[in-house]
Parts: sequence; C-alpha cells; structure tokens
Amino acid sequence: MSKEMKLIAEWTYKPSDVVRGYTNQTLFVNVGSRKFAAKPVSEEMKLKFTGGRGFDLKLLWDAVNENTRWNDPENEIVISGGPLCGTTQYPGAGKFYAAFISPLTDQTYDSNSGGHFAPLLKLAGFDALELQGKAEKDVIVFIDGDAGKIQILESPFDDVNAYTITEALHEAFSDGSNDDKRFVSVISAGKAAEKSLWGCLNSSFWDIRRKVARLKQAGRGGGGTILRDKKIAAVVVRSHKLSGDINKAVDVQVLQDRGNKLHREIHDLDAQQCRMRTVGTPHLNEIMNEYHLLPTHNYKFGQHPDIDKIHSNVYEGLFTQGIPDGCWYGCSLACAKAVDNYTIQTGPCKGKVVTVDGPEYETVASLGSNVGVFNPQWTIEANFYADHYGVDTISLGTGFAFVCECYERGYITKEHTGGLDLNFGRADDLMELIHRMAVGKDEFALAVGQGIRKMKRIFADRYGAPYEEMEKFGMEGQGIEVSEYVPKESIAQWGGYFLTLKGPQHDEAWLIFMDRVNKQLPTFEDKAEALHYFPNFRTWFSLVGLCKLPWNDIEPADNATAHRPQDAAKVPEHVQNYVDIFNAVTGRNISKEELVLMSERVYNFQRVFNLRMGKGTRKDHNIPLRALGPVYPDEWLAREEYYDNELKSVGVEPAGLSVEEKIARLQEARLTQWEQLKDAVYKRRGWDRNGIPTVRKLKELGMDFPEVVSVVEKHARPEDQWKD
Amino acid sequence: MVRIYALYTPCMFHDQQGGIILKWLKVHPDKCVGCGTCMETCSSTWFKENNPALSRIRMTEKGEDDYDLNACNQCGTCIDMCPVGALSRDGNGIVRMNEKKCVGCLMCVGFCPTNSFFYHAARRPEPFKCIACGLCVKKCPVEALEIVTE
Repeated sequence: MSKEMKLIAEWTYKPSDVVRGYTNQTLFVNVGSRKFAAKPVSEEMKLKFTGGRGFDLKLLWDAVNENTRWNDPENEIVISGGPLCGTTQYPGAGKFYAAFISPLTDQTYDSNSGGHFAPLLKLAGFDALELQGKAEKDVIVFIDGDAGKIQILESPFDDVNAYTITEALHEAFSDGSNDDKRFVSVISAGKAAEKSLWGCLNSSFWDIRRKVARLKQAGRGGGGTILRDKKIAAVVVRSHKLSGDINKAVDVQVLQDRGNKLHREIHDLDAQQCRMRTVGTPHLNEIMNEYHLLPTHNYKFGQHPDIDKIHSNVYEGLFTQGIPDGCWYGCSLACAKAVDNYTIQTGPCKGKVVTVDGPEYETVASLGSNVGVFNPQWTIEANFYADHYGVDTISLGTGFAFVCECYERGYITKEHTGGLDLNFGRADDLMELIHRMAVGKDEFALAVGQGIRKMKRIFADRYGAPYEEMEKFGMEGQGIEVSEYVPKESIAQWGGYFLTLKGPQHDEAWLIFMDRVNKQLPTFEDKAEALHYFPNFRTWFSLVGLCKLPWNDIEPADNATAHRPQDAAKVPEHVQNYVDIFNAVTGRNISKEELVLMSERVYNFQRVFNLRMGKGTRKDHNIPLRALGPVYPDEWLAREEYYDNELKSVGVEPAGLSVEEKIARLQEARLTQWEQLKDAVYKRRGWDRNGIPTVRKLKELGMDFPEVVSVVEKHARPEDQWKD
Repeated sequence: MVRIYALYTPCMFHDQQGGIILKWLKVHPDKCVGCGTCMETCSSTWFKENNPALSRIRMTEKGEDDYDLNACNQCGTCIDMCPVGALSRDGNGIVRMNEKKCVGCLMCVGFCPTNSFFYHAARRPEPFKCIACGLCVKKCPVEALEIVTE
C-alpha cells in the first residue's frame, strides 16, 4: 500500500446473530450517496426466495427498473450465501452467489464463488449485501463484523490488481499474523475489469499452509466490470465468530452424521472416481477428449493429438499435494488446487514467484485447447493474469478462440491486431493480448474485451468481416460466451447451454452423457423432463449457499447399481442428504419434491425478471450453428463417417452429396430439432410458446406477486398459449 | 525453492536427543472382557458423564466373548486434514486439539485411518479423541490396555 486509508463514511450497526441459518437482515451500501441500511428479512422472503441467489434477485428487482443498464448507478451487485452457507460439517458449503444486471447480456446474471466471504458476511450479521451507486474515486468497503461498523475508505492502491490488493488487505485488516488473516475475506477485480466487459469478482480465503491469499472467482457475467465501474477497489469483511455451529442449526447431529458419511465416501472412493482431491476438475481433460467434448480450435473439434501434454497426470504433478485444499472449511473434496512456486514469465509481474489458483478444467480448455495451446505452463500463466487483472477465464478463452478463427479465416489481420499473429496456438501473441487488454492498449484489445456478441459487430463494421459467417461460429448465447464443452454432440445439451436463464454456462444442466453416451433421453419429452429437473435441482445449490461438486463428483459406492440409470444420475442418496441438512439447519420439513419447488419459484421469477429487462423470450434463446453441428468442411472431414451417420439418422442419404451440401442438410435438420426441443422444454417448464412463464404457473408456485404478474401480462400474447 | 506446507510431517518430530517420541494407548482386544470400565472412566473423566458415546476409547462386541477396542494411535493423519490448524503434537508426540480453533468440520473424523476420532453433537460440535492420558489403563481389570512410549 502506498498510503493510509482515509475514512470517507462510517455507519454502525448491531450485528444480528445467526439463527437457523439466517441473520434475518441484509446490508445495503450505496458508495455514491454513502447511504447505509440494514433491511429486515421477512418470513415470506425466506419462504419464497429461500436465500442466496433468491435473495439477490429479490433485492435486485426492488433496486432497478426496466430501463436500468449495467453501468447505471442503481444497478447493484448483490451477494448472498444462503441458509446453509457457512456450514462446516458438510462439504461444499461456503459459496456465495452474486447477481447483477450484466454488461454482457443486459439482463440478470448470477455467478458464484468459493472463498470465505459469504460465511464471514453471515457472521458479521447479514444474509446479503447490496452494493449500489458509484463512488467518485476508488474506495474500499469494509464490513467489520467484530466492531459492528461499515466503513467506506479511500483506496490507497495505485495497483488495483487482485493479488496485490488482496494480500495487502488481509494484512491491513488482521493483526498481521498468519492465523489472524483467515478471519478476513476480500472481493476484488482488477485493471482489465475496467477495460473489458468480462470482469470477474475475485473472492479470497487465507491459506494458512501456504501463507498466501487464495483467489476463487465468480467469474462469469461481468460482475467485476460493475465493481470497477462503481469504483470499488475491494470489499472486505472481517469476523472472528467462527465456531463449529455457525448456522445455529436445529440439529447439529444430523449435519455431523451426513457430513461424516460424505467425508468417508470421499476418503474411500475419490481416488477411484474423480480424483478431485489430487487433481480437481482437470480430471476431466482426457475424458472430455475421449468423447469428442474437449473444445479445440473454437469448438471445431472435440479431440486433439496433443492431449497427453495436458493430461490430468501432468496437472497432478504441477499441483502441490497433501494440503486440505477446500475453499471453505469442511470441504474434504478439496478441489481448490494450486500451483506453487511458479515463476511468472511475462508482463508486469515477470520474475515474481507466486502461487496460482487452479487452473480448473474450464481454464485448461478455454485458455488451452480451445485456443490451440497445449502447454500447461502457458495456461497457468494465463490463469494467473486473468485472476490478477480480474477477467473471467472462460469468456477470455472462448473469446480468444473466436478471435483466432476470425484471424485464421482472414477476417482480421496483423494490421488490425496491432501486429499480433493470432492464429490458433500462437501462445506468445495471445499472452500479449491479455496484457494489452488489461491496460486497454489499443482499439483492438478494447474491442476483444467487449465479448463475442459485440466483437462480431465491431469486426464487421470496422474491419469489414462478414457478420453472417461470424454468427455461425461465434460461440455465445444471450451475449455470454459458451463454457468448455462441445455442445454439438447432444441435443439435450443444446438445451443445457442455450435454453438457460442467463446463457451458455454449465451450471444448469450437463446432459451429454445421459443423452448421447448412455442414451437415456430418447424422446424430446425425456429431454424436456431432464431440462426441467436438472436446472431446477441445481438452482437449489444457489439458493442455499452450496457447491454443486460434492453432489455428483463423488457418488456412493452403490449409486449405479441401486437405482435405474436415469435416477442414478440424480444421485438419490446425496439428494436426501441435502433435504436432511436443510431441515437440520432451518428446522423446516421439506421433501425432495419441495426442494425442486423452491428452485422453480426463483427460476421462474428470474425468467420474468429478464422479460422485464426486455429479454427473456424465445428469440433471446439464440444458438450459433457451430453449437448444433459442423459449420465448415474441416470439421466434417475430421469425423466423416460419424457425421455421415448423423445425416442418415435424420433421414438424409449422404452418398452423392458434397461436404458443403451435407453440412447444409444436417444444419437444416438440427435447426428443426432445436425448435422442437424449445417447444418441449417451454411446455414442460410451464412457459408459453414464446418462453414466458404463464400466470397459471406463477400462481401454482405462489410467485404471483402483482408486479411479477403485470410483467407477464404486458408481454404474453394469446397466440403463444398452448391449446391443450 | 522448496517450501514445506504440512504443519506436521510424521518423521520430523524428535526429542532433544534426536529420537522420535510417540506416546500412545496400545489396545489388546484379545484380553478384553467387555466390562466397559475404560469407556466409563474416559467419559466420566473428560465429559463428567458416564456415556459410551462420549468415550474416547470404544469397546464393541464382535461376537460371544469377542471384543474390539479402538483408540487413537497418534498417527497424525488428522493434523494434515485440519483446515484451521487446530491439531498439533504436544511434547510427548500426542495429537492434541485446540478446541477454540476447531470449527467442527469433522474432516479429521472422516479421514481417520482407524476410525478413532469421535463426535457427539449433544455435548459439543467439536470432535474428540484419545490423548493417551492413561486413566483407563489403570482401571482396566484385565490389562487389555497399556501406554506405550516409543
């Protein structure tokens, strides 16, 4: 830190104790007007919105209007953990969920992160935090749960990049000892979040083994861009109230029994199942490659001969082993891997020896295979700078893959890129582009940071690139870049990615194996049922403050034999665990059916919210042709027999057709299937043909608030209602 | 640069002469008669309540006149599992828990190689284990328990 932090505004409050998972109040901070408030949480709010993302969306709904855009002062970043957040007994219970109007999609986005912020926020006395307004100059928001005060401080940092600011703030708000730093957590972004719409929210926890601040990310949707637009350099929370019963649960014994059973499963089975404890999510690298699902060269291909260079065994050797790598206490799945003692090779930190969080699978693929780079050292460096500069690694990698394909096809040249050769695999030039984005060095670097949807328009207008062609392979939906699975293999996954609330992110449904490999979803109705159940079931994690991974990245030994395959995919025993721990914390008595109902309430509310923001209809569920199938001959020819058979399966005889004709015929068939899928899914979800929740559905869910119904009534058309 | 991250590495604990000190409760289930005196002594001493669920040593009946005894052997696996550094060895090599630091996550319980770490929420959220105090050894009528120092 270059200078002391000057106090700009301060507000004192009485920290509210946690009772059955809730503090029953939320915190409002406006950094522009310097207003503070504690808002009560009603019983109805808990019943209808549960917590976490549900609370976020409720508070955001009240804060914005239909004309609000991401950089309007009334837009908020709302952060909430949920009633189970902070539970130490059950793995994966430290997540927060952030919601905001996204700069990439102009509608609601929710993004989650590990780290200690949400549990400490709860201990500081709040179920949620609303950040509103815009400061005049860079500020730090400090939530002091020990003293019961909130401060807005002038930021002393010349360098707002994440690692710099986070380490300094752990030091500044602790007594400086290794042990005391773990009672502090910091949310930050970085320089690139100021210049790009891909800004991520970094959330920290102090690693007492490594003696460094670790960074987890609510990466997607541009939350970090909003944070910096508000001129918030960091949000800091501190509380020393850690204990073995943070949520003041009704029945701690149930938490202990379910948690200990899961610890045992992980102890006994993880090494044979997903190896999360040793390699984390990169255990997927070679599996995805084997099934043609590893995005390679902008999703053209799903396999690459250099896979051995990024095999999970390589990453196992790079990750330090034997450390309890949970991003919150009690997570024995321990997937928060890190590379230690890495010497930075480029950029402003060149020569520094650092600990790099991850890379996780998504980053291995995005800043790796998808841009044609099969060099883990490069991926680690790119991961470090993405976090440090505050950029989402997924959008960055998928966005770069789009740029590479534009370059490969000659739509952009060195003349446009500021001298960079951006063909696939050009590792040095791609790294240079990351550095240029961080400082907004030139118009090209700034254009890339706008995301694929805007890049298509800019490249067409500025460089004369053909817009229609870029539409085919620009891998975005609703304005957000696709995460790292090749979707063209599975009809159900088209829905898992593109019939979502916020765009192609992998947190709603991952159905490729169920649909394509195990063939458990033969009809459109089967697919629609899965696209109803899984998005809703998985939404529940976001309401209560849990991580999805301990649900099905570890399974009971008899999961596959004790249930029908379609049911085994739901991991019934773990679902029952969730029902049990929810009841044990809150004292309620929900069933597994009600669990899904809780999600449906918020899922449909969010859909209507997007409608209110001018989105949320059928036309907004766009899909690029590359997500449906091959677009160019090289893709088809790489798996000619496979795609010929795909053509036969839709009733077209490939013999005598040119490759271009085959591609066109398959696209035609799949576009028809895509519309059929939309119809089936909308119907199952209780939406009309235009993708709008019906008033009847809202009534069924008890979400027929007048202001919600009026949005639906404003947009629903009689011709879109189902006849039966 | 090599950094050691583990708070404890098993072979690093030495006494002043360079020898490894490890004091632990050794069990001889073949001698056990299933009287339960050890559990009564343990729970009454440490929790002031005669309750087998609160004992840090566990006697279970496997069959007729066939009993099993289970107590921590101070292997230290739990030390490296603890996310808050609440577990450490004392001067006798005994693994001790700082209850003020413990957050009750039970990873030490779930990953104990011998299932010798126990919990009982009705009394407290923090788990508990044998600390080789030796009181049960003195009370055992058949010498099925002994304190060993290696």
